[in-house]
Amino acid sequence: MKISPLEVLRDASIVAGKDLRIEARSKVAINQVLPFVLAVVLLFGFALDAETSLLRRVTSGLFWVTVLFATVIIVQRTFAIERSDGVLDALRLSGLHPAGIFLGKVLSLVAQLIVIEVTLALAVVVFYDVSLSGGALLATTTIAATVGIAAAGALYGPLAAGARHRDTLLPLLLLPVLAPVLLASARAFEVALGRGVGGGWQWAAMLGIFAVVYLTLGVAVWGPLLEDS
Amino acid sequence: MTDMATTPGATATHASGAMPAPSTSSKGTRILGAISLIGTALVLLFAFVISKPDAQLGESIRIMYVHVPTVTAAYLLMIINAGFCAVTLWKRSRFADTMAFATGQVGTLMLALTLITGALWGRVTWNAFWVWDARLTTAALLFLMYLGYLAVRSLGGPPEARMVRSSIVGIAAACLIPVVHKSVEWWDSLHQGQTVLGKLKPEVSGQQYTTLMLAMVVALCISAWLVLHRFRLSWLEDQLDDVGLDAALEARRSEAAGVAINVGGAK
Repeated sequence: MKISPLEVLRDASIVAGKDLRIEARSKVAINQVLPFVLAVVLLFGFALDAETSLLRRVTSGLFWVTVLFATVIIVQRTFAIERSDGVLDALRLSGLHPAGIFLGKVLSLVAQLIVIEVTLALAVVVFYDVSLSGGALLATTTIAATVGIAAAGALYGPLAAGARHRDTLLPLLLLPVLAPVLLASARAFEVALGRGVGGGWQWAAMLGIFAVVYLTLGVAVWGPLLEDS
Repeated sequence: MTDMATTPGATATHASGAMPAPSTSSKGTRILGAISLIGTALVLLFAFVISKPDAQLGESIRIMYVHVPTVTAAYLLMIINAGFCAVTLWKRSRFADTMAFATGQVGTLMLALTLITGALWGRVTWNAFWVWDARLTTAALLFLMYLGYLAVRSLGGPPEARMVRSSIVGIAAACLIPVVHKSVEWWDSLHQGQTVLGKLKPEVSGQQYTTLMLAMVVALCISAWLVLHRFRLSWLEDQLDDVGLDAALEARRSEAAGVAINVGGAK
């Protein structure tokens, strides 16, 4: 049976809406992940001896490393809620298109990560005395990187998260795969903040390519993954 | 399906009246093994005795005769792994899944040897175990991705679920390699002015070239031998799991039948 893109998007909005409603009611990202992110900002400060000039120099890298740590927690949470109470079986039987479920998960992860990144940006402005500049490049990089991170998280999440003996596998699967995102986004941020050389937009384009690769992969393989995981 | 006597391509060894013991060896692997052993001896002779030290790198050039063949074997095996992962996902073939696992595992081993020999070569030549150049960094990331693939493959569960999960991880890793390589290359180009270390790729000719080609062939023979044995071992392990399940089911059925008879007798 041919499925139309509009139906896939409708299914995606249903799943994203469900996840975001659960988050709005449980407030796990707000109550647990945001404080974790702020704790990491402080810990980096301690680790680098609170040398503000050094912290300003390495802000781009520290920012995105912190985002990756938060991603692992959020992806684990997102798929742990599917494992409980037979929700995964309900998803399989719901008639929702697997690509729609995948895109819905991506949308929900993007929304949660954007909230975390905005908070993190405020934290680095305050604690690391960073002046934000290059707004267009910063925004484009953030969106492209977040979509790519969310797509990779939604692909590897069902494999590793939320099941017995599998939780510890998610960082090993996800972090090496996200290394090019970390590389590109940190370099783009450096250029935007006036501290790097080279083409910031080139790095943003690389992030776009990564996002497209993982969105395409996810849409293609989520059907078999949902049936067999 | 539960034939324990043979694995695809292997031979069974028989004792009179007894169940044939499963074996992963065959005439083909014995010949391949012999060629590998003789080839290794020849490579050692050429590498340490016959070939001369390099004009620039001196004696450390000899590590190249291990390093370059292992990286060639590793990348070749990973390409084959990606192919078999795609076939597994498409056909749900147990043969393709087992081949993907065997090539993935041996490829990861070859890549580990590459990283170790590269680090030793770097330490000897430039006093640094590691440099953040494009090739080494890509290789290190690839190594971690394949460790993830092997970890997912060794998760338990029904064979169908296991083959789908691991083949998706394998395909995703393969799709990402060009992105990883390009991004690390761009990154490396930003640092070019700052590094004083040369490239790990000297010009080879004459006896060095002959030794290198011989070492490549031997590395491919050893890899093929390892893959065949690993495939057959994995096949036998899977069959053992199937037999174990059948035996347990049969035992439970016998128990149930025994209880039914007892209950019937007691009545």
